[in-house]
Order: sequence, then C-alpha cells, then structure tokens
Amino acid sequence: MRVALFITCVNDTLFPDTGKAVVTLLRRLGVDVDFPEAQTCCGQMHLNTGYRAEGVRLADRFVTVFRGYDAVVVPSGSCGAMVREQYPRLADGGAFPGAVAEAVADTVPHVYDLSEFLVDVLGVTDVGAYFPHRVTYHPTCHSLRGLRLGDRPRRLLEQVRGLELVPLAGAEECCGFGGTFAVKNPDISAAMCGDKVRNVLDTGAEVLCAADNSCLMHIGGTLTRQKAGVRVMHLAEILASTEPGDAREREESR
Amino acid sequence: MSRTFLGMPGTVSMMGYSGKETFPENAAKAVRNSQLRFNLRKATGTIRGRRASVVGELPDWPDLRQAGKAIKDHTLRNLDTYLVRLEEAVTKAGGHVHWARDAAEANRIVTDLVKATGETQVVKVKSMATQEIGLNEALHAEGITAYETDLAELIVQLGDDWPSHILVPAIHRNRSEIREIFVRHMSEWGRPAPERLTDEPAALAEAARLHLRERFLATKVAISGANFMVAETGTLVVLESEGNGRMCLTLPETLISVVGIEKLVPTWRDLEVFLQLLPRSSTGERMNPYTSMWTGATEGQEFHLVLLDNGRTGVLADDLGRQALRCIRCSACLNVCPVYERSGGHAYGSVYPGPIGAILTPQLRGMGSELDRSLPYASSLCGACYEVCPVAIDIPSVLIELRGRSRHPVAERAGMAAAGWVFKRQGRLARAQRMGGRMRRLVPKRLPGPLGGWTDTRDLPAIPKESFRDWWNRTDGGAR
Repeated sequence: MRVALFITCVNDTLFPDTGKAVVTLLRRLGVDVDFPEAQTCCGQMHLNTGYRAEGVRLADRFVTVFRGYDAVVVPSGSCGAMVREQYPRLADGGAFPGAVAEAVADTVPHVYDLSEFLVDVLGVTDVGAYFPHRVTYHPTCHSLRGLRLGDRPRRLLEQVRGLELVPLAGAEECCGFGGTFAVKNPDISAAMCGDKVRNVLDTGAEVLCAADNSCLMHIGGTLTRQKAGVRVMHLAEILASTEPGDAREREESR
Repeated sequence: MSRTFLGMPGTVSMMGYSGKETFPENAAKAVRNSQLRFNLRKATGTIRGRRASVVGELPDWPDLRQAGKAIKDHTLRNLDTYLVRLEEAVTKAGGHVHWARDAAEANRIVTDLVKATGETQVVKVKSMATQEIGLNEALHAEGITAYETDLAELIVQLGDDWPSHILVPAIHRNRSEIREIFVRHMSEWGRPAPERLTDEPAALAEAARLHLRERFLATKVAISGANFMVAETGTLVVLESEGNGRMCLTLPETLISVVGIEKLVPTWRDLEVFLQLLPRSSTGERMNPYTSMWTGATEGQEFHLVLLDNGRTGVLADDLGRQALRCIRCSACLNVCPVYERSGGHAYGSVYPGPIGAILTPQLRGMGSELDRSLPYASSLCGACYEVCPVAIDIPSVLIELRGRSRHPVAERAGMAAAGWVFKRQGRLARAQRMGGRMRRLVPKRLPGPLGGWTDTRDLPAIPKESFRDWWNRTDGGAR
C-alpha cells in the first residue's frame, strides 16, 4: 500500500510536531509513509474567502501531486473536508478541465483523515499509546459535519493507556475560528471562543485535544492569553506518545 | 456555465440601517450588549433543544427532508406553470390575483386596494413578505395605519423597534422589557395596558389579548402573507400559534394576502410533508396550534392575492443560489447559528437575518452596499445551519459562492495573491518558511491592521525553527 502524508500548509509551517507525530505513529503501526515534496496547500483559505480561481488552481495542484496513492493521510479536519467535500463540488460545477476532473475523481476517494485511516483502513483503535493525562476532545465542525468522523477519535483516545477522557459540554458548537472569519469578524469569533474556553475549563482537563490545529491555534491562543494553564494538542501527538522505552520494545518484538 | 447572473435585484427593507455599517461593525456592538446576549442565549437555546427533541422522535425525518427539498425544487423548476394554475384556481374561487414585480408595485397595489375600501386602518397577520417590502411604512405614507396583531410583532411595533428574528421577532426582548413596552406605549395605539401589569407571561398575554380584541372587532381590512399556496386548489395556508392570525383572516370584510411566488406547492397532498417539517423545525412543536386554510373568497368577504417577485426570479436564474428559494422561513438555522446567537438579528440589517438571511439578502438586494457585501462573511462555515435545514439548503456552499462574487478589500487581495504565489512552487513555500523561522523572535505580540483582530484576544502560535518539510529533508523522514 502506497501511503502519502498531506501535511497541510498550516501544519508544515507552524506545527511540524504534528507531522512528526503522524510519521512516528504510522511507522509504529508498520506503515511506510511518503511525503511528496511538491505539495503545498489545498486551497481552502482562498476558496472559502472568495478567491475561487486561486483555490481551483491549488486543488488542481493537489490532485496532480497525490494521484495514484492508495491512501493520502491528512491530519486536519478542515483541509480534509476541503478535498473531500469541495473538490467534487467544484468538479461538478465545471471548475476543472476534463483531465483534472478525472484526477479529482481518482484521488478524492483515497483521502483519509488520520483517524479514518487508523480505524477504517488499518482497523486499529489501540495504537499502543500512553498518555497519563486528563483530556477533553473538541470534535471541530469540519471533522464532525464535513468528514463525519463520528466517534472514531473518541474510540482511539479511549484506548490510550493512562488517559482520562472527560466529556466537553457544547462540544459540537463551533469554536469561532472559521479561517479568515476570525479576522473578518473578530468580535463574534472571540465571543464564540469565550464560550468554548469556558466549557473546556469546566471539564477540569489538562489538555484540549482536536484533529485540527487551526481550531486549536484559535482556542489555544485564547487559553494562553488568559493564562488558563490548559494546553492544546493535536490527536496525532497524543496517539504518538508512548511510555519511555515502549517504542524500542515494540521494534524488537516485531 | 454561468453562476454570475443575479437578475433584477429587489428591495428588501433595511430596517433603519444605512447599509454603510457592515455586519462586523453591527455585531461588534451587539456582542457588548449583555442584555441582548442573555436574552438570545436563553431563547435560542430553548428552541434549539425543543427542535432537536421533536425532530429526533421522527424516524423518517431524513426522508421528509428530502421530500421537502424535492417538492420545492420541482415547483421552482415549473414555477411558470404552477403560478398560472394557482391564478386560475384562486380566480375561480372568487379571489382576485395581482402580480407585483417589485416592492414599489406591491405596495402600490395594496395601498390602492385599501383606499378603495375607504378604510384607514388595517390589521395584519405576521408576514415576512410585507416586512420585506416595507408595507407598513408605505401605508403610513398614504395615511393608513397598519396594526400588527402577532404578539411578538405587536411588541416590536409598540416599542418602535425592528424585528430581529423570522419566527420570534421580539426574541431580543425579555419579559420585563416587554412589560415596560406595554405599560409605556399600549395607550398610544389603543386600549392601555391594565393597571399594575406584572411580567408574568400569562398577564402579558392577557394585556395583549384585551388590547387586540378591540382592534379585531373594529377593523374591516386585513393583510396577511402565507406559508404555503396550493396551485391545484388555490388554497392559502397560514400556520401560527396564537389564533390572532385566524381572527384577521376571518373577521374583516376584505382580506389582502401578499405572498412571495416561491411559496407554492403543486398539490394539496404536498402539504402533508410541509405541515410536518415546518412546526417541528420552527417552534419545536409536533403541530402548531392554529393552521388556517382558505380558498378564494368566502361569502361576504373580498379576497385579493398579491403575488410578489421582488428579485425572486433573479435568484431563480442562479444555478446554485436558487436553493435559497426553497426556504420555508422556519428559523431553525437562526436558532442553531453560533454567530446569530451572539450578534442578534439587527446586525444583519435586513428583515431576513441569520444564515438564511446571509444568503437571501445579498441575492434579493444585490451586493451594492458594504453591508450586503459583508453578509456572506457573517459565518464561520460551521455547517450547523445546513444540518438543521428542513429543506436541505446548503447554506455554507451558497455563502462561499457569494463570497466569490464579492469585491474584496485591496490589502486582502494583495495578501491572497502573495499566498497564492508562494503556494505555486514548493521551493517558494520552503524559502518563506525558513525566513519565518529566522525572524520568529521578531514577530510582534500585536499584529498591525486588520490582522490585529486576531491578536486582540489571542496569542500567536510560536513559529518553529524548522518547518516539517525541512525536518523531513534533513532527517530523511525521521530515519536519520
């Protein structure tokens, strides 16, 4: 199985640890992952802000880079939803020339969010992780209503040794990030985040986890501004965590 | 294919807004209004919960939703046929049908009809279409007073206020504010509020009942909208909770209904679907208390139907945007929207607020003003509206489409072009990342210009020394 990592421009530039965690995790599960270097951005920011032509060009680039892989793993709900939901819609609307539209049809079904790849393709929920902390999980809108990840992230987290998963009130409500929305409507965005942060703090959790670093950048930026003492972590980083010595033992027993 | 045809824009009442204040500016004021925030949080939360529970108890809800969508799509595709069929049926049943291209024409028709009766007072059933065209103001200019009889519309009218919600126009008011409005202003419009009025809901309802009852008995002309029109039979349908609508529909000698042309369904049977979808989505009830249906004129009553276009055929010509015409004005999208809950309805500067307003207003009114250009951006694209919409209007997709047609600020265009240039070649991205890594300590805590909207309330993430792609190349994917 040829597996590629689509790191996403935000993770590539600002959150490389998430990418490293995906690589570590997949290797531990026996999956060799490629990083096609020509990848840049899925085009979500451009398309969703109203710069359609640029978004379409970047979509074209994405399918050219990733066509032919058996699986393209994306550690970001909103970028994954951009590819899976919006690319076919753009294709239906005649945005691409014929050959590109074909590439879209070929590529999109092989694009998986990390948790889908783990649960549906590899068939694992216990990834051998160890993370002795109290964690709450924010499902993020595009993971929830776009990709429909459902309970996959929760099932993965429940199998992590030492991890105490606590429910988050109002979990399904948007945190107020919304890409350029956070800058174009800063007051509403901040008001939404205020409520999200209150719910997070009410859980008493030490770590807020999500499958999208963009939302976490927004909530996390608010948490640190408030000196709240709760940190944010991408799901991949929790799943990649092991007890000291764990990784080597697994390597030897293989 | 073309998605850019916007057709002839209609006039949608601005409700006191100049169109210069944008949604973000209006919303910035709203989020600081603690009373408004409290009222909206409470009200939307309550309706949201009720809707979820009554929708959840129907196992065939997804099928009903698809049926609602399909019936509306079919009707819209064949609107020309069904409108003519409706006109024939209404005429046959003794009603008079008038066609209005825009708000001005509709207002003129209604004003002339009222004048012809010799009356100077009319009672009104709650209606979005007549608000859209600013009918009350047009009547007022001709010396005719329109009295709102829906309880929430009455509150809005007495308070010299604007509606802020499609279903619950006074959702921004709580009961003590309503009591104050009654005590201060009821006497200016008719029977004063009872002495020592409390803010108990039952007492407030009784005050409104006494005030309105006199009005119903004295007024000879009524104006309504309609939730549905049945082409086959010529029947109009109004769903309501209070019975005040039925008073208006039955007591006066002349009834004038102003209805958008998209409110049609082909057959009587089709109502089966919508009479399930609407109340559950709207008030969160299994069935609304009053459903009034009438066909043409009843004996001793004159009935006029004014069919309103006002930009709708323009929307209909638009491949993607036309789905907004499926809307049955239930308000489920408003109640679930995290933006609406914090901004309230007035921030949208239109009689149609919330997610549906953000796609309907710019389509009906065009995107000529700063306000209307800002409306498609009044959403985080969280998708909750699409999920609850009983006729499956994909609001996020239409928002994105409208954003694509908007004129963008110069600085933003430059930023987007620069980002596009960087993303065009991986080498450019890598160089930009390295530059960012080297300058990471120089990034200010507060960003300048529009980006300051981020750092006003949030810290920036720390820029890493090394990007993922540089790490991958340096370590051969972590192998070294």
